[in-house]
Amino acid sequence: MSDMRENTLLALLLAPALLVFVAFFLLPIGRLALAAGSGPDGIMAYAAILTDARYRESLIATVLLSAGVTLATLALCAVCGLFLERNRFPGRAVLIGIMTLPLSFPGVVVGFLVIMLAGRQGLIGDLTQALTGSKLVFAYSMAGLFIGYLYFSIPRVILTVMASAEKLDRRLEEAARSLGASTFAVTRDVILPGLLPALLSSGAICFATSMGAFGTAFTLATNIDVLPMVIYTEFTLHANIAMAAALSLILGLITWAVLALARTAAGSSVAAAG
Amino acid sequence: MTTPGTRIRLTGCAKTFADGTRALEPLDLEVNAGETLVFLGPSGCGKTTTLRLIAGLEMPDACGRILFDDEDVTALPIEKRNVGMVFQSYALFPNMSVAGNIAYGLKIRRVPEAERRRRVAEMLEMMRITELADRSIDQLSGGQRQRVALARALAVEPRVLLLDEPLTALDAKLREDLRLEIDRLLRRLGITAIYVTHDQAEAMALGDRIVVMSKGKVAQIGRPRDIYLKPADRFVADFIGNINRLSGMVRNGLLELPGGTLPWDSPDGPLQAALRPESLRIAEDGLPGLTGTVISAFFLGDRQRLLVEGVAPEPLIVDAPNRIEISAGDTVRLTFDADALIPLSH
Repeated sequence: MSDMRENTLLALLLAPALLVFVAFFLLPIGRLALAAGSGPDGIMAYAAILTDARYRESLIATVLLSAGVTLATLALCAVCGLFLERNRFPGRAVLIGIMTLPLSFPGVVVGFLVIMLAGRQGLIGDLTQALTGSKLVFAYSMAGLFIGYLYFSIPRVILTVMASAEKLDRRLEEAARSLGASTFAVTRDVILPGLLPALLSSGAICFATSMGAFGTAFTLATNIDVLPMVIYTEFTLHANIAMAAALSLILGLITWAVLALARTAAGSSVAAAG
Repeated sequence: MTTPGTRIRLTGCAKTFADGTRALEPLDLEVNAGETLVFLGPSGCGKTTTLRLIAGLEMPDACGRILFDDEDVTALPIEKRNVGMVFQSYALFPNMSVAGNIAYGLKIRRVPEAERRRRVAEMLEMMRITELADRSIDQLSGGQRQRVALARALAVEPRVLLLDEPLTALDAKLREDLRLEIDRLLRRLGITAIYVTHDQAEAMALGDRIVVMSKGKVAQIGRPRDIYLKPADRFVADFIGNINRLSGMVRNGLLELPGGTLPWDSPDGPLQAALRPESLRIAEDGLPGLTGTVISAFFLGDRQRLLVEGVAPEPLIVDAPNRIEISAGDTVRLTFDADALIPLSH
């Protein structure tokens, strides 16, 4: 009897959260899934992602770009984060401040910064013009996007790495060294495994952010199609709502899968780390 | 598998940290081959710094030199010194199994797979943890972890074994068991061992010699027996075991104290000395004794510890046999022998 009352109470308490979940998550996703299947091609909109070269190439390009940005960010941040955590020097706080600055910029501003750096009137262009006579411009290519994404990915990852590096047990490194391990071996066998959970989780966030980044792509992408841009043009220019919806779902699915995978991997490595 | 012991010599080894703190005053020290030397002292006395200098984790200030046998290892970093280390926090690699941890040093040295397996099995057996070989570290108890840490350190046949408070994180019973085991292990292997602790019971049980340290300096070096019975100064006397202070006056063959007199065979004059609790006895009826009142009595099982006032200027700690019925408020008569007194110069 009291059990039943408790269950009713629980259901009542859960109701608001459930309502929000249905209203803001299930319904829109459901609508999206329906919209994707209700175009002239029906369910074939999904197949078009693979058969239509434009969609397929943009999908592959987006995944490759995001993966590349993620790997580069992780490599950079593991080194810099460890260094910043372990060394105290004048200007350290300022340096950390500068490195985390991009957190406060919207994507459009990051895109703008890349144009100022590598655009037609950019710094690199002027420099190369003066030095070699030909202007190096890469702001509007994949390279420009890569730089922009890297720029706004670094702060998220470096802060996580620093927090994790702070918790590493220095005794482990000393134990490994006493057993004869070189700096390289200590890094490979002790430091990186210790940072792994942090690298996995921040790497997954970095990948997800890059997959869905729009502002920077919108500012820079005149020659390139990344998935969010394709969705935008399908939706606004071609009014191909079904295709836009199908692409949106695929984009979400890939990102979600990577996040889930990273969470599982990080979870098991955390468990192993005891 | 006896590892021939290495003799260690430190000459003029001081350590000043980057922020200017002097952790260690210049130290000259010789550790005999195969000896277990215990560094004992309160935290901040420089004992761990000395261990880290020998390990190669810290460099001594200029002029300091460290020799293993006749080899000058001062400039060698820890990874080139072939020392085994055991830490208070175990410091086992969480991403490796028990066997993986023990095999790590051998792997780094590129010992062939078959030989490596054999050594790991041997180490597991020596530490009696064979059944734990495939466990992950987080499945082990503290005592098991420290056994793995010992096995890992010894697997590479180090020249010196360095133990930094290895038992401090364990609970009392386990600490004693593992202490006995470490003692047996060190004797059997004949390895030179440096053991750092703040626990005087551990130091006495394990050390061939003890180095008592205070404020970056050596207060006394000696066998446990000498340190306990003939402490060099008040700091050592206080730090090792409990100590009572006596101050009285010898007159006409009698030692006069607030609690009465004892027949005394020394020239007249004031007497300043210290006395261990177990050196004080309850006087037999009819024999001379000093009268005092028991303030508190703690029954400890193997003995009872009394706090007695009125006998000497300060209350005395007395270890009495466990069979005598005594409680707080009782009046007791105490006596002691002249040769149990520890002269204190300062």
